[in-house]
Amino acid sequence: MSKQQARFEPYDFNGGTCVAIAGADYCVVAADTRMSTGYNILTRDYSKIYKLADKCLMASSGFQADVRALQKVLGAKHLIYQHQHNKQMSCPAMARLLSNTLYYKRFFPYYTFNVLVGFDEEGKGCVYTYDAVGSYEKVGYSAQGSGAKLIMPVLDNQLKSPSPLLLPALDAVTPLTEAEAIDVVKDVFASATERDIYTGDKLEIVIVNADGIRREYAELRKD
Amino acid sequence: MKFDTSGLESTASVFGTAGRELVDGFAAAAPPAFELPVTKDFDGFQKEAVQMVKPAKGTTTLAFIFKEGVIVAADSRASMGGYISSQSVKKIIEINPYMLGTMAGGAADCQFWHRNLGIKCRLHELANKRRISVTGASKLLANILFSYRGMGLSVGTMIAGWDETGPGLYYVDSEGGRLKGTRFSVGSGSPYAYGVLDSGYRFDMSIEEAAELGRRAIYHATFRDGASGGVASVYYVGANGWTKLSGDDVSELHYKYYPTVPTEASEPDQMVEA
Repeated sequence: MSKQQARFEPYDFNGGTCVAIAGADYCVVAADTRMSTGYNILTRDYSKIYKLADKCLMASSGFQADVRALQKVLGAKHLIYQHQHNKQMSCPAMARLLSNTLYYKRFFPYYTFNVLVGFDEEGKGCVYTYDAVGSYEKVGYSAQGSGAKLIMPVLDNQLKSPSPLLLPALDAVTPLTEAEAIDVVKDVFASATERDIYTGDKLEIVIVNADGIRREYAELRKD
Repeated sequence: MKFDTSGLESTASVFGTAGRELVDGFAAAAPPAFELPVTKDFDGFQKEAVQMVKPAKGTTTLAFIFKEGVIVAADSRASMGGYISSQSVKKIIEINPYMLGTMAGGAADCQFWHRNLGIKCRLHELANKRRISVTGASKLLANILFSYRGMGLSVGTMIAGWDETGPGLYYVDSEGGRLKGTRFSVGSGSPYAYGVLDSGYRFDMSIEEAAELGRRAIYHATFRDGASGGVASVYYVGANGWTKLSGDDVSELHYKYYPTVPTEASEPDQMVEA
């Protein structure tokens, strides 16, 4: 029997779920505030949502140390961009930057599952969803994280918009109003909390629209 | 005074390629530098990382040359393990107005390297005052993928385009393989697509017939392969560049090809009395 040697394990899984919905003139991003490791809860009050630019936010679940590193790297790159171009990065530009940043660590990935929200060049809400190594796609709504498999089918049912690949094209933006979208988000998180051990405690909802950025909290089950 | 090309440097050179020799001032000409994990067992680490991260993959793509040009078709499903992560992935990537690339295998790998190829093609145009050939573009990609051979990239792509020599089609993969051909299908659903494509193919078809063949082949692959589905997109590449011909939901194509025969309303099945 060979000797068991202590190995450095670079990754951990902190759980949590993120959801984002884009509307005609608003976007909503929400994440639970529970951070776990194994069966332990490390804290009930951890924000997974980060503001990258004036009208561009990112929510990430997975391994929070990698999430924090990724947030810092993107923040630094954005600062350099602002110095070089004298303006904030647009959301589509930030989406491409996040994809490249993730892919540059293709052989030692950031263990993060991200959604990016903001406004596109026309001022319509947009959501970009990523896998851990940087493949990304502009969508009308998305869920990532431990509760994503529980939440996505519900969002597909309530919000399913025609695929942007269809020709002739059909309008893909969800017809929901901002208040309806927030209600859907609260409902899906309540359901995900029931069946996912890593999701719960509190729900942080951030709404971006023409008036600016607004933050709401809703209680979730703490068990 | 030396010609100042510092404005052409991308910010990418600040991270990772800092200190490298700049080839003619174009930092983007060198392949991007990737930091590697410090570990004795690189392959084992990559295997575990891929299993943990479960990058999105799975697909059916096809392309073929015919009398009028090239038809390129693909589905739009991405799966992470057994979970369908998206039904609306763009698998036909527009490298430039006269060249298309298809995505099969790792979604991030294909997206990133096609984007990188598009940049290289544009640099070639600027440096040589003419468009790059399909042969040249596919060779650029194949050489890059060969240099990362064995490191776990998963790319099975076709480069289709129209250049001075007419229609061109190459298959390029992450093992470093590069094949010139007239008919290819790549992905988990490719066996099914080949069945329809090979039996229906003729060199002299009209554009509509060829597009319909490509569409049917993708539909049948999505019918039998669980990792393929979503929307069947069909593109045509001709002398004036590419155009998207159609994008159809495959479940609607199913009822178009196999319409349900309406039956008269009948008695519901009788429950067997205990």
